[in-house]
Amino acid sequence: MAAILDLHLRKVSSAAHLSSKCCSSGQQERDSLPFTECGVTVQKHQFVSFLLNFLREQSSPALAHGTPAKTPNRPRPAAQTGGLSERRACRSAGSATTSRSSSRVQLFSPPSFSTTWNPASRPSGSDRRHGQRPSPFQSQKRRGGRGSQHSDEMGFWDTGSKKPGRGGGHSRSREQLSPPSTLNFNNLEDFPPVGSSPISPLISKPSRRINPTPVSAERPRSKPKTCFTSTPFTKLSSPPMGAEVLDGSMRVGSPLSLQEERELLKREKSKRAQQPAASSPCLSSLEPCTPPKTGVLGGAKVTPELQTLCPERSKVTFTPELDLLAELYCACISENLVPNIFLELFFVMQLLTSMSPPSNDRCYLKQVHNCVYFAVTVLENQFQLVAHLDKGALRLLAENERVASFSPALRDLLIQAQGKSSAKLSPSVSTFIHSVPFQPDTDNRSNFGNDKAFHTFKKQRDVFYEALREWEDLHNEPGWNFDASLGGRIRGMMNQLTSAGNHSHFARLFLKQLVQMCKGPRMSGAPGEPPDADLLEMLGADGLGRLKRLEERLIQPHGIVGPCPPPSFPGHQEFFRDFIQTASCCQLNQHLQDSLCQQLLQLDEVSILSPSASIKEEDEDGDMEQQKQRFSSVLLLARLLAKFLGFISFLPYQTSERPSREIQEASVALRSKVSVPVLDVCAVLDNSVRRRRTILTVPWLVEFLSMLDFVGPLLLCYRTALGTLLLLYRRLQLRRCADVCYLNKLLLVSVLGWLFHDCIPLVDQQLLYFCCPFLSEFRKLLAAFVSGSTAKSGGIIRKITPTSAELKDTPIANRSQQKLQGELEQAFFHNQPPSLRRTVEFVAERVGSNSVKHMKATLVSELMDRGEKILRDKLKSLNFNTSKLNESICALLCDAGLEALERATRFCDEKSLEAVRTLLPEETSPTVLRTSESITKRLAAEKACSWLSANITGKLIKDL
Amino acid sequence: MRLSRAEYKDIVRATEQLRPTRQCMKILKDRFPNHSQSTLLSIFSLEYQKRTKRTISRHHAADVVESHYQRYLNEAKARPAAPVLLEMANEVDLSPALMGRLILDRFLQDVSGEMHSKAVLNSMLKEPSLIPDQVLANNIYQCTINDCCYGPLVDCIKHAIGQEHEVLLRDKLKERNLSFLDENKLRTMGYDKTPDIILEVPIAVEGHIVHWIESKASFGDDYSHRTYLNEQFWSYWNRFGPGLVIYWYGFIGELDCQRDRGILLKDCFPTDIVTLCHTSHQQSPEKEDND
Repeated sequence: MAAILDLHLRKVSSAAHLSSKCCSSGQQERDSLPFTECGVTVQKHQFVSFLLNFLREQSSPALAHGTPAKTPNRPRPAAQTGGLSERRACRSAGSATTSRSSSRVQLFSPPSFSTTWNPASRPSGSDRRHGQRPSPFQSQKRRGGRGSQHSDEMGFWDTGSKKPGRGGGHSRSREQLSPPSTLNFNNLEDFPPVGSSPISPLISKPSRRINPTPVSAERPRSKPKTCFTSTPFTKLSSPPMGAEVLDGSMRVGSPLSLQEERELLKREKSKRAQQPAASSPCLSSLEPCTPPKTGVLGGAKVTPELQTLCPERSKVTFTPELDLLAELYCACISENLVPNIFLELFFVMQLLTSMSPPSNDRCYLKQVHNCVYFAVTVLENQFQLVAHLDKGALRLLAENERVASFSPALRDLLIQAQGKSSAKLSPSVSTFIHSVPFQPDTDNRSNFGNDKAFHTFKKQRDVFYEALREWEDLHNEPGWNFDASLGGRIRGMMNQLTSAGNHSHFARLFLKQLVQMCKGPRMSGAPGEPPDADLLEMLGADGLGRLKRLEERLIQPHGIVGPCPPPSFPGHQEFFRDFIQTASCCQLNQHLQDSLCQQLLQLDEVSILSPSASIKEEDEDGDMEQQKQRFSSVLLLARLLAKFLGFISFLPYQTSERPSREIQEASVALRSKVSVPVLDVCAVLDNSVRRRRTILTVPWLVEFLSMLDFVGPLLLCYRTALGTLLLLYRRLQLRRCADVCYLNKLLLVSVLGWLFHDCIPLVDQQLLYFCCPFLSEFRKLLAAFVSGSTAKSGGIIRKITPTSAELKDTPIANRSQQKLQGELEQAFFHNQPPSLRRTVEFVAERVGSNSVKHMKATLVSELMDRGEKILRDKLKSLNFNTSKLNESICALLCDAGLEALERATRFCDEKSLEAVRTLLPEETSPTVLRTSESITKRLAAEKACSWLSANITGKLIKDL
Repeated sequence: MRLSRAEYKDIVRATEQLRPTRQCMKILKDRFPNHSQSTLLSIFSLEYQKRTKRTISRHHAADVVESHYQRYLNEAKARPAAPVLLEMANEVDLSPALMGRLILDRFLQDVSGEMHSKAVLNSMLKEPSLIPDQVLANNIYQCTINDCCYGPLVDCIKHAIGQEHEVLLRDKLKERNLSFLDENKLRTMGYDKTPDIILEVPIAVEGHIVHWIESKASFGDDYSHRTYLNEQFWSYWNRFGPGLVIYWYGFIGELDCQRDRGILLKDCFPTDIVTLCHTSHQQSPEKEDND
């Protein structure tokens, strides 16, 4: 294969041929498309994996020198395998332990370990496999015993030979390929497992102790100690990491003396302390997630010079070859032949931000000039994808001087795209958290079998919230342990529930509270830190949001975790997960499962288009916005529920270590016969595909499946489902879809990257980022680069303009009043029966819509007539003047707009009143009735007015 | 009145040597002329209860009771008209009402054997004329009326004050046109925990949402507030969301630290109240600008 590529790189002229053969023509015969070049027969997927490896191999020296942040997927210490709960805790913390590999990794790959997922560190040929180039993966395999064989079997990422339903690829003959050149899901280097990097740098910090033993080539055996990595090298016989380091980067600087290293660390530390918001690239390499090898740290010393090394377009060598490589590479991305397009995008950005020492080797990507050229070329080619990143990332890219100097055109495009991007990374979501209201209908004595059950539940509710509050207060304290602190109380509570038979009541409370606290996108990301009231008053909601973002920046300058973070339980979700684990109560779990399953299936059936909008011609934008909101709310809820359903369902099967092959086989046999899967994933998925609802189903199924245990993926039902998902993914080609659906597809690509076809643009950028927070990694990587490379010139993006708190003025006061009114409205519904809220929302929606219709039928058509008349009159008069014409039409519209708003509001007032009075129960208290009426009026008028304001002008002008 | 912890501690220190008598209350009042008498009495009462809890066991020992009783019998015989029990209580530093209860209990053992009921004891304390011994009845009566911390009279006063403040609260709510469900209504609806007031439409007090209001006609010190939190306030939050507690006789200011978590403390009916206001046309001016 190398020969083929090499051949083509030498004969650039035939490149197009190879490229097209590789990618485009594959569409019809994906399963097996042999290349017969140079007498070598190569499978297409083999080629893709080879290409990816080749690029990483080529760029390894450049990247070894410090892109500000390496792709950080890197294993955490395997030490903490003390038990399920601990392992779970690790998972939540995002650290990938050996055991961590459990479900997620297993989906695609068994654990493999390299010190960094350094693109450079991939072995490319079998000759190196057992040689000087270490494959930590292999050492891991040996450790893992026979189980590792599955790794190979499971992990091929074959680009077409596998049919869904046949499952995990057992039938593939491994002999065909030498593992390193296989694009292998199992290989952490290729595909850093979702879950191999820390979410919170703080948590993993202890393991990042710096051992001051100096590195030297003479002491390769001491490698595990000298690495700043926590990789467990249990097998000393595995070739030391140092070899790899020496291969590339170590040549730059001679090994540092211990003293020098200490000095360096001291400097770094003080620098870090002084400017937390502006760390340099080498600083960020001290971040836990960007593990510097000692060699790299050595490199850090020369970084200043490296930084000054400015990539220049004129110094690019091998241009034709690079063009060919970029073309091939882009084709692979566009055709979804790569396992994760965002991983590749991340790699490209690493190339863009790489620092490399000068060198004379014949190596396409060794020079920083070449890296940047290649990256810019790929970014240009993949611009449609890039354009959908968040504003921050786009801005950083646009401001990146390398982009500017290599392709001013790309920079201009990026600047344009910035204006269109709506994705925000720190959504301002209300942090107002409620309890689950006591509703007499479901909670009073008549809902319990006996007094004892009623009174027991009364106590349990309070114990539950007490635990929740205690967790909020203390869980971030060092040394606090969920089980030790709350375990006794929770288990006592479970006993009480069991003796009173109250599990269903508690399960309901538990899930309602879960949804209330966790449904929003990371809204409770920082529990126990409610915004200070006075601060809120002073700054207003907006100011507070900005403050929060600033805080985030200061606290976490560059916590880059890479584009494949582990499945996690952020914010309050952690409490609920730990609670389930600690309670360890099978009755509770069963009730939770039942309820989750039922709710999920209901949500999955929710009509994505509500009846009103499916009557097409009605009101375009107003309803669409509402549809989007509804969809995003359903989607977020379903994802949350599915994650917990998966967590509970596979909890009994979770093991800290991958079971041996015999055990796996035995449990596959057992589980396929005996246990009924909680959710018929295949039926759900097939149904969804048939009904073209994958946009809703796939994201939540992904959450569910991300919780699979080791054996889970081997079971027929899950294997089939995974196969179907893989097929969906393959069918997806972003560039082939119309612009409106792009984000739909992008969401699917992103949640693991699968797509079918939907033609309603339901997903907006915000939702995409909510569901895939890892997309913000691009921004972080670029920011890290900027803060490093521009530190000397003052740091363009970290500049924070101090704002005086005294600047508060009336608009802000108004805003906080408005916010308060909003909160009061929400609070009003809180203690009312849910039906009240449904009624109000329904009436408001219908009345608002009717009001718009009414306006269209009366006022708007009247306006049209008048407008037409003006036009006719003016056109008749010979000397008509365009600007005057415009003026008079504008005047007409302005008056009309005001009148429309007034009339629509009146209409809403009247109709809302009647409808609410009719629909609410007779017994509703007068105050509640009055409040419901006025909320309905307001909502209806808001809906109508916003449509009218937005559309009257446009519609009239269009129609006229 | 909202006291800082330092102020509160000053008052507590001043109460340490005081007895639960009117004279002592006068001393306290003179010492802290800026604080209301009710606040001072409430703080003193809470402190005295703590003191009593620490020491009561030593008065309950059988031999101590016996020696108190014999001493009472002797002295009452010698001076039938003197407030013997009250003097004894002051001398051994026990609340007069509790001393009375102790002696009456012992007395009833002699009269009706071990089996006399608590109900009988309580009714006699409330109504001394029921006591078969005239001298003892007089003594018990003197103890009751001279104790400002314990005894049926104090209980009665406390209950009345509690009621009074609940009525006051309801009046204030009606005055402000805020409709609510009170405890009795809530019970009939089957609520398992019931604050004094649940607002039908929540309000915002000083920017904080309030669903329920609990009235406490006492001073909020650490101990009582902690107890109330655990037994009542958090339970209300758990069911109805955030709410307001009014300690009519004040509280330690530092305890008002759960505002963001949904428990707001006040020492009077709040003045800064925001209600849901719906003027349907409030949006219009903005829209005009947009157009």
